[in-house]
Amino acid sequence: MSETPIASETVDSVSKVEEYKGLYSWVASVDHKQIGILYLIFTIIFLLLGGIEALLLRIQLAQPTSTFLSPQAYNQLFTMHGTTMIFLVVMPMLIGLATYLVPLMIGARDMAFPRLNALSFWLLVFGGLLLYYSFITQGGAPNVGWFSYAPLSEKPFSLWTGGVDYWALGLLVAGIGTVSSGVNLITTIFALRAEGLTIRRLPLFVWMVLVNSFLIILALSILNASLVMLLADRLLGAHYFRPATGGSAILWQHLFWAFGHPEVYIMVLPAFGILSEVIPVFSRKPIFGYEFVAGSTVAIGLLSFGVWAHHMFTVGLGHILDSFFGIASMLIAIPTGVKIFNWIATMWGGSIRFTTAMLFAVAFLVQFTVGGLSGVHFAVVPIDWQTTDTYYVVAHFHYVLFGGTFFGIMAGIYYWFPKITGRMLSEGLGKIHFWTMLIGFNLTFFVQHILGLIGMPRRVYTYPDLPHWGMLNLVSTIGAFILALSVLVFVWNIIASLRNGKPAGDNPWDAWTLEWATTSPPPVHNFDRLPPIRGRRPLWDFTHPDKADWKVHEKNGT
Amino acid sequence: MSPLLSGSLFHSSPFNPSSPHAQVISDLFILVLYISAVIFLVVFGSLLYAILRYRGKPGQPDPAQEFGNAKIEIVWTALPFLIVVFLCVFTVKTMYSADPPAKGGDPDLVIIGHQWWWEARYPKSGVVTANEIHIPVGKNFLVRLESADVIHDFWVPQLSRKMDAVPGQVNYIWLQASEAGTYLGACSEYCGAQHAWMRIRVIAQPEAEFEKWQQEQLKVPSKPTTGEVALGAELFERLTCVNCHTISGTIAEANVGPDLTHLASRQTLGAGILENTPSNLARWLANPHAVKPGVLMPNMKLTESEINLLVAYLGTLK
Ligand code: HEM
Ligand SMILES: [Cu+2]
Repeated sequence: MSETPIASETVDSVSKVEEYKGLYSWVASVDHKQIGILYLIFTIIFLLLGGIEALLLRIQLAQPTSTFLSPQAYNQLFTMHGTTMIFLVVMPMLIGLATYLVPLMIGARDMAFPRLNALSFWLLVFGGLLLYYSFITQGGAPNVGWFSYAPLSEKPFSLWTGGVDYWALGLLVAGIGTVSSGVNLITTIFALRAEGLTIRRLPLFVWMVLVNSFLIILALSILNASLVMLLADRLLGAHYFRPATGGSAILWQHLFWAFGHPEVYIMVLPAFGILSEVIPVFSRKPIFGYEFVAGSTVAIGLLSFGVWAHHMFTVGLGHILDSFFGIASMLIAIPTGVKIFNWIATMWGGSIRFTTAMLFAVAFLVQFTVGGLSGVHFAVVPIDWQTTDTYYVVAHFHYVLFGGTFFGIMAGIYYWFPKITGRMLSEGLGKIHFWTMLIGFNLTFFVQHILGLIGMPRRVYTYPDLPHWGMLNLVSTIGAFILALSVLVFVWNIIASLRNGKPAGDNPWDAWTLEWATTSPPPVHNFDRLPPIRGRRPLWDFTHPDKADWKVHEKNGT
Repeated sequence: MSPLLSGSLFHSSPFNPSSPHAQVISDLFILVLYISAVIFLVVFGSLLYAILRYRGKPGQPDPAQEFGNAKIEIVWTALPFLIVVFLCVFTVKTMYSADPPAKGGDPDLVIIGHQWWWEARYPKSGVVTANEIHIPVGKNFLVRLESADVIHDFWVPQLSRKMDAVPGQVNYIWLQASEAGTYLGACSEYCGAQHAWMRIRVIAQPEAEFEKWQQEQLKVPSKPTTGEVALGAELFERLTCVNCHTISGTIAEANVGPDLTHLASRQTLGAGILENTPSNLARWLANPHAVKPGVLMPNMKLTESEINLLVAYLGTLK
């Protein structure tokens, strides 16, 4: 880089979009910040719905042979709970955060395709409404699980319920929107970076969103195609997945998991990105091994397309295929482990501030490690032969998705809420939120490991009164209510802080990436001025001119 | 069976194996759990150290800014890699000893998953039964798994790996018990409304007892000629029960519901939902949907006296 004096550059302002005011602006807006906020509101509403569904399930399971819910109701609720949490909460929450943050973090005025951005969000809303509409149709909501295995999901076995049709249509509509988000984010990141922000200087959150967006385009397209095939079977009398008429039940599983496994990473990579922003800032050190954290993300992204059949070790694919997919799955543990080590190394030697955001990030590290290790157990094929489709799996994916991703999202929300709203979230309520969520989560899901091991299959609406089963399930249900309480504290914190939270100022955490270089909340056009970008931490360089990263690197010749 | 585990939390778990096949899986699982515990302690320990040691104090100046260290990165990439290689070797080895390929041999037992019960056929002797599977202790049974409708999964943790019963496909597993006893299992692939009540009992008996059981099961019940039992038998053939069930020696030869020829010799009804007692049988017949909502057996709308006659008759089918 040439030795130009630090000078601010003005972002060339895009032709000014008409500013709408009031409620109408929330429907008509194509501003990425407003759309990002809409995503967050939408997903919090569905979080509450999915949470209520989960509580009903846990009440039913609190005792053996309970009759609180009918099997039909139970089966609908677990299907809706899973579908909601995956497609209407976790994934869109991450996309929403990315929609809000990516343009700010790269110093851009908006997304590359603002109208497409709005379309993505509204398709998600319509998909969600279609899915939930099924509750009031004859036969009720879908009842075949979030992966709708054929032939159970085919007409002869789900004859009386259109629920499966709404499930497929709803996901298809939302899925088209999600693919568009992927395209939009990739284009934005490639085309709209501020001057000086090279790919190797991107904030890690943006890096992970970038890899994630490629996964989204590839994986969601497979899902969308499979949903069309399922709908063709159900509505047009096709035979793709119907063994009775020459189709293949296993084909559905291959297609679904070719989407479904990358989907798991789609739900976790952006959370990795959040951690990679939060941990450095609150440890007061740059991320340890930037290249390795970014590179391991690419490795995970690539590997994630070669492991889908680890969901199918009991289908009878034969030992050769089982071994291949088992080994490929174990390999993913390596780049994932590398990340955990890098985060801990970032904290090592730092000066750690335990804000609520940081607490959630630390809890993520522990819980994600537990979920990651049980994940390796499933890759060890013979262990999978004993544990798949039991509560061991339920415990595993909740440790990854709730203990991991969701805790990561919480860290992100406590971290960026001041930027988004201009007000701080209450740290006092935040700590209550954190500790109740930590206790509730582990109480609910840790015992489920044991339940799985002692023989409890997943997706059973009730169970026989076998020794210890009732007691362990009761503990899990109590945990679920503590969790519910923690979510209420969180929602209350948001409402209370919006009303009278401390004003945030531009950069309350003394952070280093570009989004903190503008006001909180940012103006419609995002930035009046951008600081010069000569490294990965433009604001650090700006406030520490003599210790600027690029100077250090220049001196070390790195 | 390990005496340590009898009565304990893990009594019916994969950690209390009663067959050589389940044993090798248990051994591998325990090894992997130890490795996992070590990894967890390393991660948790270093995190805990970092948290306690590097807690910032207000007003503290910024710490030294380090950006990484390629050598350390290589070490902590290589170490997990070695663990993975180690695990891969054990994984593949155990796969073959836990589940030796069947090589197309004749099955000793054919198990067919139905919504929501298990049909069990012994092709070598001709015995047909449901939900409760008898095997001789120490003998290695080759089991062929099929499905009549959707995907089910046959799982008895103490005896064998689980395996799906897939429509349009056959799968094989080995089923063996080293000790006599009753082993509990369940359908382990969601298969619709009553997936919860698709439980399995494997009853392992000494060879001689098993042979005796087979002989009993093969007997064709004699046609009752007097009293309530005869009236019940007549009723059974007159009602539409015969459209779905089999009782050998009668006109009932259908295979939609479980074979009832030796119903009274079984321990449970409705794939584990009720103990097999006369009063529970009466409850089932009065309305199966009140017992097992969603079940594919219709409510036969029987009168109380009809139920009593049927219970009397079915009770004789030992
Ligand atoms: C009055 C006539 C009938 C009698 C006495 C009768 C009796 C029984 C009994 C005792 C069982 C429990 C068997 C066991 O658990 O081993 C049973 C289960 C069953 N029956 Fe029937 N049945 C009758 C009619 C029918 C009909 C007409 C159908 C077919 C539409 C049918 C379908 C089934 C099915 C599918 C099951 C298995 C239920 C499950 O466990 O999920 N039954 N029946
Ligand atoms: Cu089943």
